[in-house]
Amino acid sequence: MNRLQTLFENKKERVLSIYFTAGFPGIDDTMPTMEAIASAGADIIEIGVPYSDPIADGPTIQDSNMIALANGMSLKKLFDQIKDMRNTVSIPVVLMGYLNPIIQYGMERFLQKCQEVGVDGLILPDLPMQQYLDEFKDMFEKYGLSNTFLISPQTSEERIRQIDEHSSGFIYMVSSHSITGAKTGLTADQITYFKRVQAMNLKNPRLIGFGISDAETFTNASKYSNGAIIGSAFIKTVKNSVDLKASIHKYIKSVIQ
Amino acid sequence: MIKVDEKGFYGKFGGAYIPEMLHPNIEELKDSYEQIMASEEFQTEFQSLLKDYVGRPTPLYFAKRISEKYGAKIYFKREDLCHTGAHKVNNTVGQIILAKKLGKKRIIAETGAGQHGVATATVCALMGLECTVYMGALDIQRQRPNVERMRILGAKVVPATSGSQTLKDATNEAMRQWISNPVDTHYIIGSVVGPHPYPEMVARFQSVISEEIKSQLKEKEGRENPDIVIACVGGGSNAAGAFYHYYNTPEVRLVAAEAAGLGVNSGKSAATTALGTEGILHGSKTILMQTEDGQVVEPHSISAGLDYPGIGPVHAHLFDIGRAEFVAVEDEDAMKAGIELSRMEGIIPAIETSHAIHALNMIEYQKGDVIVINLSGRGDKDLDTYIKWGGY
Ligand SMILES: Cc1ncc(COP(=O)(O)O)c(C=O)c1O
Repeated sequence: MNRLQTLFENKKERVLSIYFTAGFPGIDDTMPTMEAIASAGADIIEIGVPYSDPIADGPTIQDSNMIALANGMSLKKLFDQIKDMRNTVSIPVVLMGYLNPIIQYGMERFLQKCQEVGVDGLILPDLPMQQYLDEFKDMFEKYGLSNTFLISPQTSEERIRQIDEHSSGFIYMVSSHSITGAKTGLTADQITYFKRVQAMNLKNPRLIGFGISDAETFTNASKYSNGAIIGSAFIKTVKNSVDLKASIHKYIKSVIQ
Repeated sequence: MIKVDEKGFYGKFGGAYIPEMLHPNIEELKDSYEQIMASEEFQTEFQSLLKDYVGRPTPLYFAKRISEKYGAKIYFKREDLCHTGAHKVNNTVGQIILAKKLGKKRIIAETGAGQHGVATATVCALMGLECTVYMGALDIQRQRPNVERMRILGAKVVPATSGSQTLKDATNEAMRQWISNPVDTHYIIGSVVGPHPYPEMVARFQSVISEEIKSQLKEKEGRENPDIVIACVGGGSNAAGAFYHYYNTPEVRLVAAEAAGLGVNSGKSAATTALGTEGILHGSKTILMQTEDGQVVEPHSISAGLDYPGIGPVHAHLFDIGRAEFVAVEDEDAMKAGIELSRMEGIIPAIETSHAIHALNMIEYQKGDVIVINLSGRGDKDLDTYIKWGGY
């Protein structure tokens, strides 16, 4: 059982996952950011691997990706930066990244490296389920890594069941028809969708992401799931921070209260 | 046999590497496009629009003076005479009928040179559908006339300001907008790129080009098969259309002209097969220009329509198995070829097309060979670039 699975064994409500972009705002901010996220009381860290063409991301995360790349960030560099992360960070760590940089690095080498440094799971938004099953599932299992798929309001019940069957770790519920980017409030349509999926009694825990930005949206989303994921709102916080650790603490505490 | 398989692959290239949010849209298209395209209702509407609205069949023109100069029988397939001035409209007419059959209310598209944007805005006006076109901020500057044409036609043109601010970024932006509006919106992709089934669907709409070449050449030369077909490749839709019915006729040589920009090794190039490696771009496995770390490289070409870091998966496959020959044409040579065609045949070509014309100087052929060059578009949109270049 990896750290993700252990987490969800012990905590079923208000699980907070924080996404940040590796190498942003400064190239050496990766580890300090992770340590601050963990010490502030978040439950999961999602490390975003920067990519030149992030098609599922809105302007805030696009921008952080561009800055990180301009800083000289790469997958190689990331594994260097996080090689000793398990000395200081004990909560689950998930890597989120687009497929192309990973394929260039080599999928097996990548998974092996993830295991070596203590990464628990992966979110690869442009790796479709069928390709995962055909090409990579055995490899993920060999290296003990959970794989998280996304679902959206359009995903059919049948497909959600398949995704549930092939996921380990958690299911990432995209809150609306959207790319990433903080919006405020949850609409009646979104709540209907959350309830519909909640009623399916899936075997995997569910985290809601996209548009979660503060205590209110976090609490609301958590009513219909095991917790939520914050990305863009967190990126905005660190982008404007003077004291990285203090800003991260203040922000995360304001969300979990 | 060159043919897409049921998972959307041409050999090892293709597929649908898309975020789950787009899965239902892509499935819907995949499940319905062949059936809709095969229906009599669709075919009647499509064929009648191609004929009466687009102006097909386009002529296959024997270019006497160019033929004399090069010592071959050179024909131009006159896609520049299509309504809106390029081959792009063959695809948009097909996709707009499809979108209507799927009950979509809004259309989005990406554009590079603006030809696909204009072709999309045109068919949206024709069908009374709302249209938004994403275009790189840099391309908006260098293709001003096309931007205004789209606006006159009632489309909204939205600048893509990320990355290199060209076609790849416009495509990213269109995909993002599709993710955000999946139910009522159809995305009309303008080339044989993107996730399956787009590459094959667009190629089939463009395949009318080679279908006509076959019958027209039969009439003029008494044979359906030329010795060589040449086309320029941005994403590869005009080339796919010109090659389509010859894919599996090995005696017909297929030549694809890429944009070398300032030179293949200048760091300012869009010569994808010369510089690229295998990877994933815009939802399909293909050949693309990228760094060692898998970041997509910003391309350069004087022609906005070829300024793209990838090629459609079918072309990656044709390259991989050696079925097509790829040549890389530099900006300067393309411009000169454009002037040559203007002076010798009275046809001012699009700068994209000029790359295909210059390819005549780069390939080997026998005296008297029958060569068909796909004249993908006309040069009106490029007047600013011709004027700035000034070498005439
Ligand atoms: C006239 C013309 N030719 C060629 C192209 C390149 O596209 P493709 O490779 O899809 O034919 C364009 C693209 O805008 C164009 O306008």
